[in-house]
Amino acid sequence: MSTIRIYVPRDSAALALGADEVAAVIALQARQRGLQIELVRNSSRGMFWLEPLVEVETQAGRMAYGPVQPDDVASLFDAGFHTGGQHALSLGLTDNIDYLRRQERLTFARMGITDPVSLADYQAHEGYAGLRRALALQPGEVVQQVLDSGLRGRGGAAFPAGIKWKTVAAAQLPQGERRAVPSRTAAPPEGDTAEGRRGEPFLQKYVVCNADEGDSGTFSDRMTMEGDPFMLIEGMTIAALATGATRGYIYVRSEYPHAIATLNEAISNATAAGFLGDSVLGSGRAFHLEVRKGAGSYVCGEETAMLESIEGKRGVVRAKPPIPALKGLFGQPTVINNVITFASVPIILARGAAFYANYGVGRSKGTLPIQLAGNIKHGGLVEKAFGVTLRELMVDYGGGTASGRPIKAVQVGGPLGAYVPEAQWDLPMDYEAWAAVGATVGHGGIVVHDDTADLARLARYAMEFCAVESCGKCTPCRIGSTRGVEVIDRITRGENRPQQVKLLRDLCDTMVNGSLCAMGGMTPFPVLSALNHYPQDFGLSNPDRKAA
Amino acid sequence: MTSKTAEAAQHTIRRVLDDKRHMPGALLPILHAIQDQLGHVPPEAVPEIAEALNLSRAEVHGVITYYHHFRSEAPKGAVVQVCRAEACQACGSDALWAHANKQAAGQNLTLEQVYCLGLCATAPAMSIDDKPYARVGATKFDHLLAQLKEAA
Repeated sequence: MSTIRIYVPRDSAALALGADEVAAVIALQARQRGLQIELVRNSSRGMFWLEPLVEVETQAGRMAYGPVQPDDVASLFDAGFHTGGQHALSLGLTDNIDYLRRQERLTFARMGITDPVSLADYQAHEGYAGLRRALALQPGEVVQQVLDSGLRGRGGAAFPAGIKWKTVAAAQLPQGERRAVPSRTAAPPEGDTAEGRRGEPFLQKYVVCNADEGDSGTFSDRMTMEGDPFMLIEGMTIAALATGATRGYIYVRSEYPHAIATLNEAISNATAAGFLGDSVLGSGRAFHLEVRKGAGSYVCGEETAMLESIEGKRGVVRAKPPIPALKGLFGQPTVINNVITFASVPIILARGAAFYANYGVGRSKGTLPIQLAGNIKHGGLVEKAFGVTLRELMVDYGGGTASGRPIKAVQVGGPLGAYVPEAQWDLPMDYEAWAAVGATVGHGGIVVHDDTADLARLARYAMEFCAVESCGKCTPCRIGSTRGVEVIDRITRGENRPQQVKLLRDLCDTMVNGSLCAMGGMTPFPVLSALNHYPQDFGLSNPDRKAA
Repeated sequence: MTSKTAEAAQHTIRRVLDDKRHMPGALLPILHAIQDQLGHVPPEAVPEIAEALNLSRAEVHGVITYYHHFRSEAPKGAVVQVCRAEACQACGSDALWAHANKQAAGQNLTLEQVYCLGLCATAPAMSIDDKPYARVGATKFDHLLAQLKEAA
């Protein structure tokens, strides 16, 4: 009798809905029924309203069942689900599920399909094809591929990744300083960083992955780290080869314990198989990679604060310049990209820049893994080429609100993103088009609120969050946020509203223009968009009427 | 702290320092290792960490207090974290937080708010000692609390 292969996801969201318990009951029932099964703990397909989504391999393809609770398992076996039998929870062939079929999954191509920590599975699904191609190219050619692909930073700032890489690749010691690293494969001795043993400066380039995904409504980084960690590792390795870096760090938030565990397991597997270490795939070029755990500070998602944190300090923002590409981690040239940016690189190398650049619109090339979150019926991961509209995402994919009430407000781009009014829901997703109307694509997180949401309260929360999480270095952010909470309170209490609205606008102007980083500089976006588009929630008929 | 547990804690701190003091940017990994093993970073550890890393005690204290994750006192019972960020707010986390506070009063647990567990499509979310739970309403919360009491 042949072995039946059953898939139960190990993604945190599936675990949070009971996937471990379901997997245990499946194993137990199979044993009791004398069935030989192979239980694969795969990543999630990203259809979270169907989790735990159990899949069974059949002749026709993988059949899906969900959402499965432990109590359903016995009846699933009774219905013969292990051979693709019909059951009330049957969803048909997974690949035919509309939500998945209509996506353009490039970065998330393996998501939900493979065992995240199996190198064999990864390579059987195009894994490490990008790195092998990169090893056959000159570093400059690798950078050129990334430039030509049009890939921009997916963390939110949308800076062209290739330009950053090129800057780091070209970075050299300032004139007059002696180069003291003997060979490119030699890692600096433990404990030595920017300074050599005898205090001589040397060039140690770094690749750092910003995996401090703190924005509410975003989880594509978490899914990648938990569901396809080798893709991130491969992307970072390619960045290291392209720029001459030999050391890398992935800075992951402490709120993601499962991502940290999976990454560590994957790094250890990749190192054992020669994909990381002193000589990547026998090339003689070194790349050592390590996970660093954050400690619950939102502002450490800002790249310079993150560098401070990796260096063992308080996560306080640095003034720029110098830019991290020239003076980054431990004062050395550093490539910093977000998880999804690095994760997009393997396919660009494997299939060529033109393939990737063929997706998207205008200067927004490629695809964006979009996250549908909050009060939404079909929440999950939708990877689409740029150009998709919010309405398509929320209605066609998301199916409206989970509560069944009308959508009132949508926040895109995390806690620092604007609330987008219905008039803008048909705007194609494009960095420039959105910036033109004061909205941010950010990390592609979409948080939907129904008509019970109070936008004045959400605006107050934005200021309050900034006050709690501000690193304290610059005054507009540190003090402005606290004043912001007070002013909003006065507006909602009805104390001299026109004057207070003017004050709030002045304050926001100071924060936008005077803050060191996006924390203070963008907190006004949700606040002002709430005020402008939902003045009635603040007790105003017109936000600027007779501003004193 | 009894002298015996103090001695064990001391031993743990020394072992962590020996193990990690030479890492580049060693302070956060050291604090994490100590907290993972002891449940918190005891104030007595601060001078020792400072000396091992050639930092001032103020610098070490500054880092511990800057980050929300580090605690200077041992948590009481299980650590229950309720997400309060926007996606969870859109699904009733404010009500869950209020309910949790009421139910947790006098119980042997540490209730904390957290800003995003990355479970935003299955809100409201919470975690108990790092185990995630999604779509938590009042009933599910009470059920989890009862399980917690049973396990204790």
